[in-house]
Amino acid sequence: MTEPAISQTGATRDDSPHEHVSSIGSSVAIWIVLLICTGLTAGVAFIDLGPFNTIVALSIATFKAILVVLFFMHVKYTHEKLTGLVIASAIFFLFILLALSMADYGTRLWR
Amino acid sequence: MATNQATVIDQHDGHDPALLHHFATKEQQKNSASLGMWVFLAQEVMFFGGMFCAYLVYRYKYFGDFGSASQTLNIWYGAINTAVLLCSSLTVVLAVRAAQLSKRKALTAWLLLTIVLGLVFLGIKGIEYKEKFEDHHVPGPSFAYHGTVPSHPDIQVDPHHAEIYFSLYFAMTGMHAVHMIIGVGLFGTLAFWAWRGKYSANYYTPIENAGLYWHFVDIVWIYLFPLLYLIDRHR
Repeated sequence: MTEPAISQTGATRDDSPHEHVSSIGSSVAIWIVLLICTGLTAGVAFIDLGPFNTIVALSIATFKAILVVLFFMHVKYTHEKLTGLVIASAIFFLFILLALSMADYGTRLWR
Repeated sequence: MATNQATVIDQHDGHDPALLHHFATKEQQKNSASLGMWVFLAQEVMFFGGMFCAYLVYRYKYFGDFGSASQTLNIWYGAINTAVLLCSSLTVVLAVRAAQLSKRKALTAWLLLTIVLGLVFLGIKGIEYKEKFEDHHVPGPSFAYHGTVPSHPDIQVDPHHAEIYFSLYFAMTGMHAVHMIIGVGLFGTLAFWAWRGKYSANYYTPIENAGLYWHFVDIVWIYLFPLLYLIDRHR
Protein backbone atom coordinates (compact mmCIF):
# COMPACT_ATOMS: atom_id res chain seq x y z
CA MET A 1 0.00 0.00 0.00
CA THR A 2 2.83 2.34 0.84
CA GLU A 3 4.70 2.00 -2.44
CA PRO A 4 2.08 3.23 -4.95
CA ALA A 5 1.09 6.11 -2.69
CA ILE A 6 4.64 7.41 -2.58
CA SER A 7 5.21 6.95 -6.29
CA GLN A 8 2.05 8.93 -6.86
CA THR A 9 3.54 11.75 -4.81
CA GLY A 10 6.49 11.54 -7.14
CA ALA A 11 4.13 11.85 -10.09
CA THR A 12 2.48 15.01 -8.72
CA ARG A 13 5.90 16.46 -8.02
CA ASP A 14 6.71 16.02 -11.71
CA ASP A 15 3.85 18.22 -12.88
CA SER A 16 4.74 20.89 -10.34
CA PRO A 17 5.47 24.25 -12.02
CA HIS A 18 8.75 24.51 -13.86
CA GLU A 19 9.89 27.80 -12.44
CA HIS A 20 12.78 29.83 -13.71
CA VAL A 21 15.74 29.55 -11.35
CA SER A 22 17.82 32.70 -11.73
CA SER A 23 21.55 32.10 -12.01
CA ILE A 24 23.85 33.70 -9.44
CA GLY A 25 25.90 35.31 -12.21
CA SER A 26 23.03 37.16 -13.88
CA SER A 27 21.58 38.26 -10.51
CA VAL A 28 24.93 39.70 -9.42
CA ALA A 29 25.32 41.39 -12.83
CA ILE A 30 21.91 43.09 -12.47
CA TRP A 31 22.82 44.09 -8.92
CA ILE A 32 26.08 45.71 -10.10
CA VAL A 33 24.22 47.62 -12.85
CA LEU A 34 21.74 48.85 -10.21
CA LEU A 35 24.59 50.06 -7.96
CA ILE A 36 26.31 51.82 -10.90
CA CYS A 37 23.01 53.54 -11.75
CA THR A 38 22.71 54.72 -8.14
CA GLY A 39 26.20 56.26 -8.29
CA LEU A 40 25.40 57.74 -11.71
CA THR A 41 22.15 59.38 -10.60
CA ALA A 42 23.84 60.85 -7.49
CA GLY A 43 26.73 62.20 -9.60
CA VAL A 44 24.58 63.63 -12.40
CA ALA A 45 22.51 65.52 -9.81
CA PHE A 46 25.48 67.88 -9.26
CA ILE A 47 25.88 68.69 -12.98
CA ASP A 48 23.67 71.51 -14.25
CA LEU A 49 21.51 70.12 -17.04
CA GLY A 50 18.78 72.72 -16.63
CA PRO A 51 15.30 71.17 -16.74
CA PHE A 52 16.84 67.85 -17.78
CA ASN A 53 18.15 67.13 -14.27
CA THR A 54 14.74 65.89 -13.16
CA ILE A 55 14.15 64.02 -16.41
CA VAL A 56 17.52 62.23 -16.21
CA ALA A 57 17.03 61.39 -12.50
CA LEU A 58 13.55 59.93 -13.11
CA SER A 59 14.70 58.08 -16.25
CA ILE A 60 17.51 56.38 -14.32
CA ALA A 61 15.07 55.56 -11.49
CA THR A 62 12.63 54.06 -13.99
CA PHE A 63 15.41 52.06 -15.65
CA LYS A 64 16.39 50.67 -12.23
CA ALA A 65 12.74 49.88 -11.40
CA ILE A 66 12.33 48.04 -14.73
CA LEU A 67 15.45 45.96 -14.02
CA VAL A 68 14.13 45.03 -10.57
CA VAL A 69 10.66 44.12 -11.90
CA LEU A 70 11.91 42.10 -14.88
CA PHE A 71 14.80 40.20 -13.33
CA PHE A 72 14.53 40.30 -9.52
CA MET A 73 10.74 39.89 -9.51
CA HIS A 74 11.02 37.28 -12.30
CA VAL A 75 8.41 38.98 -14.50
CA LYS A 76 10.57 38.32 -17.58
CA TYR A 77 10.26 34.58 -16.99
CA THR A 78 6.71 34.25 -15.71
CA HIS A 79 4.18 32.10 -17.56
CA GLU A 80 1.29 33.94 -15.99
CA LYS A 81 0.02 36.55 -18.45
CA LEU A 82 -2.29 38.16 -15.90
CA THR A 83 0.77 39.48 -14.01
CA GLY A 84 1.52 41.78 -16.93
CA LEU A 85 -2.09 42.99 -16.96
CA VAL A 86 -1.96 43.81 -13.23
CA ILE A 87 1.33 45.73 -13.62
CA ALA A 88 0.07 47.59 -16.69
CA SER A 89 -3.14 48.62 -14.94
CA ALA A 90 -1.23 49.77 -11.83
CA ILE A 91 1.01 51.99 -13.98
CA PHE A 92 -1.99 53.20 -16.02
CA PHE A 93 -4.01 54.27 -12.98
CA LEU A 94 -0.94 55.86 -11.36
CA PHE A 95 -0.51 57.83 -14.59
CA ILE A 96 -4.16 58.93 -14.48
CA LEU A 97 -3.75 60.02 -10.84
CA LEU A 98 -0.64 62.09 -11.56
CA ALA A 99 -1.64 63.41 -15.01
CA LEU A 100 -5.16 64.53 -14.14
CA SER A 101 -4.03 66.09 -10.85
CA MET A 102 -1.37 68.09 -12.66
CA ALA A 103 -3.83 68.97 -15.43
CA ASP A 104 -5.73 70.74 -12.65
CA TYR A 105 -3.00 72.21 -10.42
CA GLY A 106 -0.63 72.91 -13.31
CA THR A 107 -3.10 75.08 -15.21
CA ARG A 108 -4.78 77.06 -12.41
CA LEU A 109 -2.73 80.18 -13.16
CA TRP A 110 -3.66 80.12 -16.85
CA ARG A 111 -6.01 82.88 -17.83
CA MET B 1 7.25 7.53 9.23
CA ALA B 2 6.44 5.76 5.98
CA THR B 3 3.02 4.79 7.37
CA ASN B 4 2.38 8.39 8.45
CA GLN B 5 3.29 9.58 4.97
CA ALA B 6 0.91 7.02 3.45
CA THR B 7 -1.90 8.07 5.82
CA VAL B 8 -1.41 11.72 4.96
CA ILE B 9 -1.51 10.93 1.26
CA ASP B 10 -4.61 8.74 1.73
CA GLN B 11 -6.38 11.68 3.38
CA HIS B 12 -5.57 13.71 0.28
CA ASP B 13 -6.93 11.08 -2.16
CA GLY B 14 -3.45 10.15 -3.21
CA HIS B 15 -2.22 13.57 -4.27
CA ASP B 16 0.60 15.69 -2.86
CA PRO B 17 -0.42 17.19 0.54
CA ALA B 18 1.05 20.53 -0.61
CA LEU B 19 -1.74 20.80 -3.22
CA LEU B 20 -4.84 22.40 -1.69
CA HIS B 21 -8.13 20.76 -2.58
CA HIS B 22 -9.68 23.70 -4.40
CA PHE B 23 -6.88 23.84 -6.98
CA ALA B 24 -6.55 21.51 -9.96
CA THR B 25 -2.77 21.60 -10.23
CA LYS B 26 0.12 22.98 -8.23
CA GLU B 27 0.92 25.35 -11.05
CA GLN B 28 -2.58 26.83 -10.78
CA GLN B 29 -2.21 27.07 -7.01
CA LYS B 30 1.11 28.86 -7.31
CA ASN B 31 -0.09 31.23 -10.03
CA SER B 32 -3.13 32.16 -7.92
CA ALA B 33 -0.95 33.07 -4.94
CA SER B 34 1.39 35.03 -7.17
CA LEU B 35 -1.45 36.90 -8.89
CA GLY B 36 -2.96 37.78 -5.50
CA MET B 37 0.40 39.22 -4.44
CA TRP B 38 0.66 41.29 -7.62
CA VAL B 39 -2.86 42.70 -7.08
CA PHE B 40 -1.81 43.65 -3.54
CA LEU B 41 1.28 45.37 -4.94
CA ALA B 42 -0.90 47.24 -7.48
CA GLN B 43 -2.88 48.51 -4.50
CA GLU B 44 0.42 49.54 -2.86
CA VAL B 45 1.30 51.50 -6.01
CA MET B 46 -1.96 53.43 -5.53
CA PHE B 47 -1.20 53.93 -1.81
CA PHE B 48 2.25 55.41 -2.40
CA GLY B 49 0.95 57.07 -5.59
CA GLY B 50 -1.22 59.39 -3.49
CA MET B 51 1.84 60.67 -1.64
CA PHE B 52 3.88 60.97 -4.83
CA CYS B 53 1.01 62.97 -6.30
CA ALA B 54 0.98 65.32 -3.27
CA TYR B 55 4.74 65.70 -3.67
CA LEU B 56 4.36 66.54 -7.37
CA VAL B 57 1.67 69.17 -6.74
CA TYR B 58 3.65 70.98 -4.01
CA ARG B 59 7.00 70.65 -5.75
CA TYR B 60 5.38 72.40 -8.71
CA LYS B 61 3.77 75.05 -6.49
CA TYR B 62 6.75 75.76 -4.19
CA PHE B 63 9.56 74.87 -6.58
CA GLY B 64 12.41 76.91 -5.05
CA ASP B 65 11.42 76.25 -1.43
CA PHE B 66 11.48 72.49 -2.08
CA GLY B 67 14.90 72.79 -3.71
CA SER B 68 16.28 74.61 -0.68
CA ALA B 69 14.75 72.22 1.86
CA SER B 70 15.94 69.19 -0.13
CA GLN B 71 19.55 70.44 0.02
CA THR B 72 19.51 70.20 3.83
CA LEU B 73 19.33 66.40 3.54
CA ASN B 74 22.60 64.48 3.69
CA ILE B 75 23.01 62.91 0.24
CA TRP B 76 25.29 60.20 1.66
CA TYR B 77 22.60 58.77 3.94
CA GLY B 78 20.27 58.50 0.95
CA ALA B 79 22.88 57.04 -1.39
CA ILE B 80 24.21 54.49 1.13
CA ASN B 81 20.67 53.45 2.03
CA THR B 82 19.89 52.96 -1.66
CA ALA B 83 22.92 50.68 -1.95
CA VAL B 84 21.94 48.79 1.23
CA LEU B 85 18.44 48.19 -0.15
CA LEU B 86 19.79 47.02 -3.50
CA CYS B 87 22.08 44.57 -1.65
CA SER B 88 19.09 43.29 0.33
CA SER B 89 17.18 42.81 -2.93
CA LEU B 90 20.05 40.64 -4.18
CA THR B 91 20.01 38.55 -0.99
CA VAL B 92 16.25 38.06 -1.46
CA VAL B 93 16.81 36.88 -5.03
CA LEU B 94 19.41 34.43 -3.73
CA ALA B 95 17.03 33.32 -0.96
CA VAL B 96 14.31 32.50 -3.52
CA ARG B 97 16.93 30.66 -5.57
CA ALA B 98 18.03 28.63 -2.51
CA ALA B 99 14.37 27.74 -1.86
CA GLN B 100 13.90 26.63 -5.47
CA LEU B 101 16.95 24.39 -5.10
CA SER B 102 15.76 23.09 -1.67
CA LYS B 103 18.88 24.37 0.09
CA ARG B 104 17.57 24.82 3.63
CA LYS B 105 20.65 26.32 5.29
CA ALA B 106 21.43 28.68 2.39
CA LEU B 107 17.79 29.85 2.37
CA THR B 108 17.88 30.59 6.11
CA ALA B 109 21.22 32.37 5.79
CA TRP B 110 20.07 34.60 2.91
CA LEU B 111 16.86 35.46 4.78
CA LEU B 112 18.83 36.39 7.91
CA LEU B 113 21.23 38.51 5.83
CA THR B 114 18.22 40.29 4.32
CA ILE B 115 16.97 41.06 7.83
CA VAL B 116 20.41 42.44 8.80
CA LEU B 117 20.48 44.70 5.72
CA GLY B 118 16.92 45.83 6.45
CA LEU B 119 17.95 46.75 9.99
CA VAL B 120 21.04 48.61 8.70
CA PHE B 121 18.72 50.64 6.47
CA LEU B 122 16.42 51.42 9.41
CA GLY B 123 19.40 52.31 11.61
CA ILE B 124 20.76 54.81 9.08
CA LYS B 125 17.22 56.18 8.70
CA GLY B 126 17.06 56.57 12.51
CA ILE B 127 20.33 58.55 12.59
CA GLU B 128 18.95 60.75 9.83
CA TYR B 129 15.67 61.36 11.67
CA LYS B 130 17.62 62.22 14.85
CA GLU B 131 19.53 64.92 12.95
CA LYS B 132 16.25 66.29 11.62
CA PHE B 133 14.95 66.60 15.17
CA GLU B 134 18.15 68.40 16.25
CA ASP B 135 17.88 70.80 13.30
CA HIS B 136 14.21 71.58 14.12
CA HIS B 137 13.27 70.30 10.67
CA VAL B 138 10.47 68.10 12.00
CA PRO B 139 7.06 69.65 11.17
CA GLY B 140 5.28 70.88 14.28
CA PRO B 141 5.45 73.66 16.90
CA SER B 142 9.27 73.61 17.10
CA PHE B 143 9.78 73.74 13.34
CA ALA B 144 12.24 76.40 12.21
CA TYR B 145 13.76 76.97 8.81
CA HIS B 146 16.11 79.61 7.45
CA GLY B 147 17.33 79.46 3.90
CA THR B 148 17.28 81.04 0.49
CA VAL B 149 15.98 79.71 -2.79
CA PRO B 150 18.79 77.90 -4.71
CA SER B 151 20.61 80.26 -7.12
CA HIS B 152 18.48 83.18 -5.81
CA PRO B 153 20.31 84.27 -2.63
CA ASP B 154 18.01 87.31 -2.29
CA ILE B 155 14.78 85.27 -2.02
CA GLN B 156 14.04 83.91 1.46
CA VAL B 157 12.32 80.54 1.71
CA ASP B 158 8.88 80.66 3.34
CA PRO B 159 9.24 78.33 6.39
CA HIS B 160 5.69 77.07 5.87
CA HIS B 161 6.56 75.89 2.38
CA ALA B 162 9.71 74.17 3.67
CA GLU B 163 7.53 72.59 6.37
CA ILE B 164 5.35 71.07 3.65
CA TYR B 165 8.47 69.57 2.08
CA PHE B 166 9.50 68.04 5.41
CA SER B 167 5.94 66.81 6.05
CA LEU B 168 6.10 64.94 2.74
CA TYR B 169 9.64 63.78 3.52
CA PHE B 170 8.54 62.25 6.83
CA ALA B 171 5.27 60.88 5.45
CA MET B 172 6.94 59.16 2.50
CA THR B 173 10.12 57.90 4.17
CA GLY B 174 8.06 57.07 7.29
CA MET B 175 5.55 54.93 5.38
CA HIS B 176 8.47 53.37 3.53
CA ALA B 177 10.15 52.59 6.88
CA VAL B 178 6.90 51.03 8.17
CA HIS B 179 6.96 48.76 5.12
CA MET B 180 10.58 47.91 5.89
CA ILE B 181 9.71 47.02 9.51
CA ILE B 182 6.85 44.79 8.30
CA GLY B 183 9.24 43.20 5.81
CA VAL B 184 11.85 42.50 8.49
CA GLY B 185 9.17 40.88 10.67
CA LEU B 186 7.96 38.85 7.69
CA PHE B 187 11.44 37.59 6.89
CA GLY B 188 12.03 36.81 10.57
CA THR B 189 9.01 34.49 10.54
CA LEU B 190 10.04 32.98 7.22
CA ALA B 191 13.62 32.41 8.43
CA PHE B 192 12.24 30.51 11.44
CA TRP B 193 10.08 28.25 9.26
CA ALA B 194 12.84 27.90 6.66
CA TRP B 195 15.20 26.66 9.38
CA ARG B 196 12.51 24.16 10.43
CA GLY B 197 12.53 22.87 6.84
CA LYS B 198 9.06 24.03 5.74
CA TYR B 199 10.18 25.31 2.34
CA SER B 200 11.64 23.38 -0.56
CA ALA B 201 11.38 23.24 -4.35
CA ASN B 202 8.00 21.61 -3.70
CA TYR B 203 6.61 24.59 -1.77
CA TYR B 204 8.18 28.04 -1.43
CA THR B 205 5.31 30.41 -2.32
CA PRO B 206 5.66 32.47 0.92
CA ILE B 207 9.36 33.06 0.20
CA GLU B 208 8.60 34.17 -3.35
CA ASN B 209 5.72 36.47 -2.36
CA ALA B 210 7.65 38.05 0.51
CA GLY B 211 10.43 38.59 -2.02
CA LEU B 212 8.01 40.39 -4.37
CA TYR B 213 6.97 42.61 -1.46
CA TRP B 214 10.58 43.42 -0.57
CA HIS B 215 11.47 44.27 -4.18
CA PHE B 216 8.44 46.56 -4.37
CA VAL B 217 9.58 48.41 -1.23
CA ASP B 218 12.99 48.69 -2.89
CA ILE B 219 11.40 50.24 -6.00
CA VAL B 220 9.58 52.84 -3.86
CA TRP B 221 12.95 53.87 -2.42
CA ILE B 222 14.50 53.97 -5.92
CA TYR B 223 12.04 56.80 -6.66
CA LEU B 224 12.20 58.44 -3.21
CA PHE B 225 15.99 58.85 -3.40
CA PRO B 226 16.13 61.20 -6.44
CA LEU B 227 12.86 63.00 -5.57
CA LEU B 228 13.75 63.79 -1.95
CA TYR B 229 17.56 63.97 -1.94
CA LEU B 230 18.74 64.92 -5.41
CA ILE B 231 16.51 67.80 -6.55
CA ASP B 232 18.32 71.08 -7.30
CA ARG B 233 21.72 69.81 -6.11
CA HIS B 234 23.38 71.48 -9.10
CA ARG B 235 22.17 74.98 -8.23
